[in-house]
Order: sequence, then C-alpha cells, then structure tokens
Amino acid sequence: MRRLFAVIVLMLLLSGCGIQPWVKPYERANLADPIMSFSRDPVASAYINHVFEAREGARGAEGGAGGGCGCN
Amino acid sequence: MAGALGMCVPLMAAVLPEDRADAMYHSYSGGGLEVNGPSILARKSIGKHVSVWGNYYVDSITSATIDVVTSASQYTEERTEQTLGADYLHDNTTMSLSYTSSIENDFDAKAMNFSISQLMFGDLTTVTLGYARGWDIITATGSPNFEEEANRQKYKLGLSQVFSKNLLMDLSFETITDEGYLNNPYRSVRYLVDPTSYATEGEVYPNTRTSHAAAVRALYYLPYRAAIRTEVRGYTDTWGINGVMAELGYIHPTKNGWTFEGSYRVYSQDSASFYSDLFNAPNEFIYRARDKELSAYSTQTIGFGASYEFKKHGWGFIDKGSANIFYNHIQIDYENFRDLRVTGVTPGTEPLYSLQANVLRLFISVWY
Repeated sequence: MRRLFAVIVLMLLLSGCGIQPWVKPYERANLADPIMSFSRDPVASAYINHVFEAREGARGAEGGAGGGCGCN
Repeated sequence: MAGALGMCVPLMAAVLPEDRADAMYHSYSGGGLEVNGPSILARKSIGKHVSVWGNYYVDSITSATIDVVTSASQYTEERTEQTLGADYLHDNTTMSLSYTSSIENDFDAKAMNFSISQLMFGDLTTVTLGYARGWDIITATGSPNFEEEANRQKYKLGLSQVFSKNLLMDLSFETITDEGYLNNPYRSVRYLVDPTSYATEGEVYPNTRTSHAAAVRALYYLPYRAAIRTEVRGYTDTWGINGVMAELGYIHPTKNGWTFEGSYRVYSQDSASFYSDLFNAPNEFIYRARDKELSAYSTQTIGFGASYEFKKHGWGFIDKGSANIFYNHIQIDYENFRDLRVTGVTPGTEPLYSLQANVLRLFISVWY
C-alpha cells in the first residue's frame, strides 16, 4: 500500500513536471499589451460598474476593480 | 503539487499593480437625475512586496426622477466615498485588503474586502477567492426616529486563463447575501381604490436577499494591434429576478499615441416576484414593491472612448501620462412600470416609462 502511494505521488510529480505552459514566456508580447486588460483604467471601470449596479437589478461578478461599498 | 509545478515550469513571477494616479470627473444625466463629481485614485508600492492605494469619490446628486416628481419634490444631496487598500505580494500569491466608507445624509455604508490570488501553471492561470462584508445604516430625512440596519456578505471566485498567445478568458462567480432593512424608506406602491383612481402605501421588502451571478469574459488580440472584448453574465436571486447581460467591445490603438474604444451592451431582467405597477387592494400581499429597478425591463448601452498617451519618455518623476474621455448612452425600456406623470387616464393604462441617460468620464492618469 505504501509502495502504491509512493508510486502515485511520484507519477503526480512527474506529470506535474511534464506540464509545460503551452504559451511560452517569449510568446506573450500580445497578452502583455495594455489593450489586453479587462480593467485598463480602474478608476473608470469602477465608476461604470457602479452606474450599472445602480440602474440594474443584477449585481456581482462585475470583474475588474469593484468598489465594494455595499450600498444600493 | 503546485510547488512541484512551480519548480518545473519557467516562471514569470506575479507583480504588484503599477504605481499610478488618476483624477476623474464623472457625470450621469438621465431620467431627471443629475450626478457628478470627482474620483481620485492613487496607488504606490512600498518596497517589492506591498502596494497601497486610496480612492476619494464624490457624488453630487440633484434628483427629480419620476419617483420624486410623482410623490415628493426635487432634492439635492451628496455622497462621499473613501477607500483605503493594500496588496501584499509573496511569490505568486497576492493578498488584498481594503476598507470603504460611504456617507450620505440618510445612508451610511462601511465595507471590508479581502481577496487572495494565486498565479499558477506557468503564469497561464490565476485563481482568485474573495470575501467582503458590508454594514449599512439607513435613516430617513424628516423622520428623526427612523434608523435601520442591513448587513451584506459577498463571496467571489475568479479564474483567469491564458488560452493562446492571443486569447485571455476570465470566469467569475459571486454570491451576495443581504440581511436587514432592504427597502427604500421613501418609496411607495400604488393600489386601486376604485376603477378610476388609486392611492399609495409604503413598500415592504423581504428582510433577506441572496443573489448568484456568473460571468465569462474574453479578450482576443487581432492579427493587427487591436483587441475584441466580450462578456456574458447571468444573474438570479431569491426575489425572483433573473437577468442576462452581454457586451461586445473593440479597442484600437494608433501609432501616434491614441487609443479608441467602442462598445455595445445589452441587459434584460424579469421583475421581482413581489413587484407590481398597480396592486388591486391595500396590503394585498405581505411584500410589495414598485421600484422600477425591480420591474421587468431591457437596457441598451453604446460607449465610445478615446485616450491619448503623453510624455511617453517621462517627465521628472513621471514615467508617462494619459488623457481620457469615455462617453456612454443608456436607453432603458420598462415593460411593466408606467409613467404616472400622465394623468387623466384609467389607472394601469398610462404609457410605459423609458429613460435615456448620458454618462461621461473625463480623466487624467499618470504613472510614476
């Protein structure tokens, strides 16, 4: 039993080492561009989220920079 | 396991947010409501592991909305919100804590936010867990003995994933529970007295509300330097409101420092189970509401933005700056909320209400 556990742990570690990021660091130039940000300007996205939260019944999962004042 | 992965894959460690300051003027105008004011946001790192930030925000409100003109008189008030926050970075883990205080003459809200983010699998995946707690005190102008409380809790789960060198996706879930006085103390419902006239009485809401929201967002880098942003969000709560939102955006930078942005957003929701535009009798149900935000309606929003980056090679202690303008036009069409400014007709046959709002954000940002 102990040997089986050791084999499983070893397999997990090896498989972990086997996982390589499929987007290499040198392929991330486009992802690092400021236009590839869900919240490029936190001050502006927090405000527009607040406007929609005040006008709409739905709330939560807005993403980006949430103000979180808890107010209605 | 994560540690094992961490040893095996080439890592680009997580970083703290950039040091920057933003000064914004915001304005909302629509449906008889005018709200404007400043928002100042500044962030500064202290050493390699800590970044602190603060936000000062003011809403100066002049309200002559349809609720106000049909039941009271125009009023002005001011809301001031202040937030202090800190992020702590350790290897690929970022812990964030913030405290917010929002004060207006009849509503006092305090909130604490905590979140922890872990970057993993060679920087391709970020998992975020968040918890927030809010405490509200509600009073009413003209009723010195009225004071109620409400407590709120938020649970957030986020998963951000790099799918390819051009595609980034984000999945988020949030559950919010409210407990306490959730009414607006000023708002009333209307009920039929006879077939030709109606009277009003106060709203009564349940003392609890639990909501669930889930959103999927994607950003795709186009073959030329531009990006498409999409978002779909679903919502449901124990008041019977179900909503869905979808947004599509396009971001286009130019070589001479400009970035242009356009977006189109749609939202629609059902009404709360205890909402009615016109009740048949007083005290008809235990709970009753006529808040238009709890009615059934659909919203369309178009947005345009332009940003210009200046001093790209630095100026004194400033690394760069940007000047920005964003404009949104919102159209809301209510499906069971009627315009009571129209009189002389049989109750329940007034035209349906709709509103258009213009939202402006003007801001300057500097990085240092």
